[in-house]
Amino acid sequence: MANEVLDPEVTRRGFVNWLLGTGAAAFFLSVFYPISRYLIPPRVEESTARSVTLALKARDIKVNTGQIFRFGNRPAILIRTPAGEIRAFSAVCTHLACIVQYRADLSHIWCACHNGHFDLHGKNIAGPPPKPLEEYTVNVRTEQVIVSKKS
Amino acid sequence: MSMHSENSRQGKLFSWLDERLGLSEIAHLARKKQVPIHRHTVWYYFGGMTLFLFILQVATGILLLLYYRPSSGEAYESIQFLMTEVQFGWLIRSIHSWSANLMIFVAFVHMFSVLLLKAYRSPREITWLSGAALLALVLAFGFTGYLLPWNELAYFATRVGTEIPGVLPLVGGFLRRLLRGGDEVTGATLTRFYGIHVAILPAVSTGILLLHLWMVQKHGMSVPPSVLGGGGGKRSMPFFPNFMLRDLVGWLSALAALAALAAYYPAELGDKADPFEPAPIGIKPEWYFMFMFKTLKYLPGTILGIEGELIGIVGFGLAGLFLFLIPFLDRRSSRGWPSPLFTCVGLLLILYMVALTILGYLEVPTQ
Repeated sequence: MANEVLDPEVTRRGFVNWLLGTGAAAFFLSVFYPISRYLIPPRVEESTARSVTLALKARDIKVNTGQIFRFGNRPAILIRTPAGEIRAFSAVCTHLACIVQYRADLSHIWCACHNGHFDLHGKNIAGPPPKPLEEYTVNVRTEQVIVSKKS
Repeated sequence: MSMHSENSRQGKLFSWLDERLGLSEIAHLARKKQVPIHRHTVWYYFGGMTLFLFILQVATGILLLLYYRPSSGEAYESIQFLMTEVQFGWLIRSIHSWSANLMIFVAFVHMFSVLLLKAYRSPREITWLSGAALLALVLAFGFTGYLLPWNELAYFATRVGTEIPGVLPLVGGFLRRLLRGGDEVTGATLTRFYGIHVAILPAVSTGILLLHLWMVQKHGMSVPPSVLGGGGGKRSMPFFPNFMLRDLVGWLSALAALAALAAYYPAELGDKADPFEPAPIGIKPEWYFMFMFKTLKYLPGTILGIEGELIGIVGFGLAGLFLFLIPFLDRRSSRGWPSPLFTCVGLLLILYMVALTILGYLEVPTQ
């Protein structure tokens, strides 16, 4: 009977337990919050370059070849199709981010990691890649090759 | 006379230490520990063998730390220096690399023998859970250690490996950044993997290993139901010295084999990683990831409108979870009944992994 009356009241023990529990929780939070934030790497300023001028002349690019170049801080691939056209794509495979290469024997783009194939428009045609490669615009002005992102 | 005084001096030293360390309690425990003898006793040796190879990894790993420099500008060169200039540098690194491979192999053998002999059944669930966690940690050791030489193969293996959790919806991008220490695989990833490989994983593994060993000590060796059913499993041998000496024979043989492998097939270094080069033709992961690699290669781009790789990765995740929870799923074994379904599951798993690994090594790299 007496207990029933006392139960809703704050007991001394209950209060101390609450204080200890909250204190312990606050302590762990104050230790693990900074650690968890520390583990997440800070955002590094991404290169916002929308176009790049390559250090090679258009006439030096052989037909049916491809090469990797830097587009900002990402790799991209420049190819000259068997028909002589110059095209550029992101070189990061859409499957698991390996770097693709041009296969002269197949005359298309290929990823060595999981055998992904892309045609001369960057479209995924065989193997596991789920999406086409991002295509860039190529402009040739007096032998200078300028690659830019499509707007 | 002199012998007598020597004995009593030893006796005094022993009792001095015993009073402080409780040596006779340890001696008592060692005398009590028994290992059952039956037709499957041989599988008991694989746990100890994994432990021995782990200790060897710690020892050679510490030695490698003395020369290794964890940055993208210096890592490759420091290992080149270690392999060519440092006396026996090639030996230490080759043993570390071979012993890593052997440890993973032996850990898999240990896991599958425990699975097929149903040693996970009650009351050894925690032994199984800690063992499964240790296997995952060993694979994490392999994955993070592979990047440290900063060579071409390691670079692309890490690119693909860290892209894999990135495929998951919602948390993928965050996990990838957390693993890589940024959006791309760079020197930041190398430093991060180095810290994980030499500090975080060893600390976590040691804790779980102690729990695992304590559980093995507490519950003793499990006798398979098939042996118990036939009325066997009553014979046993003392752990110390009988089993321990047999263990030692295995460990010394493993050490000899490692020395021979290191001498005849020293660890390679390959070409330095270049983030602006295409993935090399014939690129392969380490053999223990081959079955997953090959599965991802077989999956088409999309299955029923969902990305194939996502299905593959979620599938592997579920298979891993299934393996982890086996003691709680196999109700028959825990009641002491035969459980042919889980034997089949174990055999199919082995068959799948072996078959895809072989297929992975048989494939022509350009097709």
